[in-house]
Amino acid sequence: MKFFISIILTALICFASALYLPWWSIAPMSFLVAVLIPQRPGKAFLSGFLALFLLWGGLSFWISYQNAHLLAHKMSMLILKMDNPYLLILVTALIGGLVAALAALSGSYLRKTK
Amino acid sequence: MRIVPFLLATAITTGLVITLNTRLPLAGSEAPAFGKFLSPQHGFWQNAETANYDFTTDLKFPQLKGKVSVYLDERLVPHIFADQENDAYFVQGYLHARFRLWQMELQTYAAAGRVSEIIGEKGLTHDREFRRLGMVYAAEIALKETEKDPVLLAECDAYTAGINAFIDGLTESSLPVEYKLIGHKPEHWSNIKTSLFLKYMSYDLASHDDDFELTNAKSYFSADDFTKLFPAVQDSLDPIIPKGTVFEKQKVFPVAPIGVDSIYFNSKALVVSENEKADRENGSNNWAVSGKKTKSGSPILCNDPHLALNLPSLWYELQISAPGFNAYGVSFPGAPGVIIGYNDSCAFGFTNGGRDVRDYYEIKFNNDKRAQYWFNGAWQNTRFRVDTIKIKGKPDFIDSVAYVQLGKDWCPVMYDKSFGGGRATGDKNYAVRWKANDPSNELKIFNMLNHAKNYADYSAAVTNLHTPGQNCVFACKTGDIAIRTQGEWPAKWKGQGDFIMPGTDTSYLWQGMIPQDEVPFQYNPERGFVSSANQKPVDESYPYYIGRDYPPYRGQLINRRLNAMNNISPQDMMQLQTDNYDLFAETAMPLFLKNMKESELDANQKKYFDLLRNWNLRDDVGSKGATIFEVLWSNFADTVYGDEYAKAPKVIMRPFESTLVEALLKDSAYSFLDNINTPQKETLADEVTAAFKKSGAQLQQLEKDGKLDWEKYKATHISHLAKLAPFSRMNLAAPGGTHTINATRSDHGPSWRMVISLTSQTEAYGVYPGGQSGNPGSKYCDNFVDQWVAGKYYSLWMMTKSESSDQRVKWKMNFDH
Repeated sequence: MKFFISIILTALICFASALYLPWWSIAPMSFLVAVLIPQRPGKAFLSGFLALFLLWGGLSFWISYQNAHLLAHKMSMLILKMDNPYLLILVTALIGGLVAALAALSGSYLRKTK
Repeated sequence: MRIVPFLLATAITTGLVITLNTRLPLAGSEAPAFGKFLSPQHGFWQNAETANYDFTTDLKFPQLKGKVSVYLDERLVPHIFADQENDAYFVQGYLHARFRLWQMELQTYAAAGRVSEIIGEKGLTHDREFRRLGMVYAAEIALKETEKDPVLLAECDAYTAGINAFIDGLTESSLPVEYKLIGHKPEHWSNIKTSLFLKYMSYDLASHDDDFELTNAKSYFSADDFTKLFPAVQDSLDPIIPKGTVFEKQKVFPVAPIGVDSIYFNSKALVVSENEKADRENGSNNWAVSGKKTKSGSPILCNDPHLALNLPSLWYELQISAPGFNAYGVSFPGAPGVIIGYNDSCAFGFTNGGRDVRDYYEIKFNNDKRAQYWFNGAWQNTRFRVDTIKIKGKPDFIDSVAYVQLGKDWCPVMYDKSFGGGRATGDKNYAVRWKANDPSNELKIFNMLNHAKNYADYSAAVTNLHTPGQNCVFACKTGDIAIRTQGEWPAKWKGQGDFIMPGTDTSYLWQGMIPQDEVPFQYNPERGFVSSANQKPVDESYPYYIGRDYPPYRGQLINRRLNAMNNISPQDMMQLQTDNYDLFAETAMPLFLKNMKESELDANQKKYFDLLRNWNLRDDVGSKGATIFEVLWSNFADTVYGDEYAKAPKVIMRPFESTLVEALLKDSAYSFLDNINTPQKETLADEVTAAFKKSGAQLQQLEKDGKLDWEKYKATHISHLAKLAPFSRMNLAAPGGTHTINATRSDHGPSWRMVISLTSQTEAYGVYPGGQSGNPGSKYCDNFVDQWVAGKYYSLWMMTKSESSDQRVKWKMNFDH
């Protein structure tokens, strides 16, 4: 239960904070959730990862879908040197997930007593 | 708390965040900060515009005096209805920025010699070149002129305020995607940037010179050969102002200085030049036919300016309606008003005048400090302009540019020991006298044309145009048509400014300007049309020297076609604008067909020769003959001149295509035909056959690569201004070529095609190769391109306010104070 609450709370708080704060606010927010909802380090890492993987992956997919992937086609050619919007969405999700995972891991160690 | 793992995890997290927030070097360039760039709420995803995006919005700006309604139609063309004229310019500025901000900034940074601020040291040569030409100096002078004119100052102030209103509302996530890619932030607009943009157009259209190249050619070749290679007269010329026109009495009499032959014309001093130059083919077509030649009985005006093809496009289409005027057409993101278009009374358009208004003088300084220069028998004091060029990631570069007074004009010493620009040798100093550095107020023309009601208004408007000089075409609902080869042109003696001139006294300076009443024009001529296509504006009977560098073929063909046409409809005019008939090929082909030694060709070469022989002289899609002709011509010119040029300086003038054709039509024993490296004397037939044999192998390779069809060989493309291929449109199946009326080349061509029939209810058509939005993530960024490639037009809608519920209106933007 804690696991799912962590994921949902992290995703929600990160979404809200990014409306007003720079992109890297996802790190302190994920950290904060991990401090507030103590979990074992492995679980914290995973819930942080999944939260942002889903948030960034979902958001970028939704934006791109509504754009008929027009910009993602061009941008994947530019960045990944191949025409693959879904790969670009995956890369986006992975990067968001990784930052949040590490931040959540740090948070869990702060609370961990033994 | 577990200290060690906590510190370790926190350090790794922090390190990762910092890395993802930093622009890192990647393959010789710089990658965006990936965290910021990929964040769906901050980065490039935010620029992916929803396919059914709703542009409707209500905005409030205290700078406005009244209400402005903007109706956006299905092509995203804004129809601006303002209660106050200056509010319309505010909204134009806002819309330009809303849809084209990045391009506006890039162009003005380039104009101001500030590219190094964005791209680093790579931009320094460009920046120094532009500043030393006097671009900023010229823009400052132009701005002073604007500031003297309260109407224009208010127009510019409103326009600038509109741009800044948009910039101030930008957030990190709403920045145009190019800013996110290159890691740059927009700065505030100011009136000087508008001036800089207009000077950039002067650079594009009126900075071309071949003075260094011609000086080298003159030094390398004998006087006799030079005259043959660079004749002052073209046989195929059909001037803008027809032959036989009687000109105004000459009032300025430029005189060549004493000793001009030995000091100037026959001097054999070599100079060097390798620099980039504005494109010679920055040409265009325009014409107007009178009602007696049209089906409707009303005049039709047509214009297609040929410029470099880019995305975002140079043009932004719009309608501006305010008390006192109502104009539709294309505007420059960077300047207020409609530049080419029409209003409720008349239509107007431009082609480039293309005359040489940039000359060089060799300057003698007292020493390397350049504090004094020798002029009129005495040492005079230099003025210095110290330019601080900011370079991204490097300390500033300080460039001190000497200005010398030649006559009454202060001219920058563009090339000296510290800067050769790839052009000068570094041991000599060259001051540049460029007409665009003189005071003038170009914006006034467009303001006045937008308001023009009749021929008198048009004349009063265009005579303000000094530089870049343009052939200004006009047609009016009253039935008037006119063309004026407008500009403030130096009155030159024959040959003045073709080469670098001595700058130690007044004798070689420009001696005055051609008076405005001696500027050739045509008003309602007997033949029922006026036209221009960058050909020489007048024949030899015009008293002033205007140089030799003009392309003759498009103009000749337009006149031939218009002479033969009657009962003309707008559709006929569209067909003429997109005509792919190659008059240069028509002129040159008989030389090839008559002189080919067919018996010497192998089976493969024979096959290509048959294709050439059966070619219909049109640069159409799928034409193989057009490709064969182009390859053959290039080899032929090389075969004829290659031997003579083999030992020439690297940078030297080559003869124009028309020169070689005309010489051979007059004299089949043209002296350059002989290969000077062989004992025998080559004939025209030898050279034609040799060139064709050389072409055979190249054509075979092209065929193997699937590039024998004209459009594949030519590969027309529209590059994004940052040269990013995925943001560009490559390999378009576009017909046309350099010499056809549809002058679509590989990266250059008709940047706006417009046909305006001035019937009581104006019938207007137009298309440009781009789209209204500059955002690569918008479907409106290039949605006109296919229509343009196909030679099709959009119907232009001069909306009235009562049509606000018309189904073509898709969105409405309300601006209020």
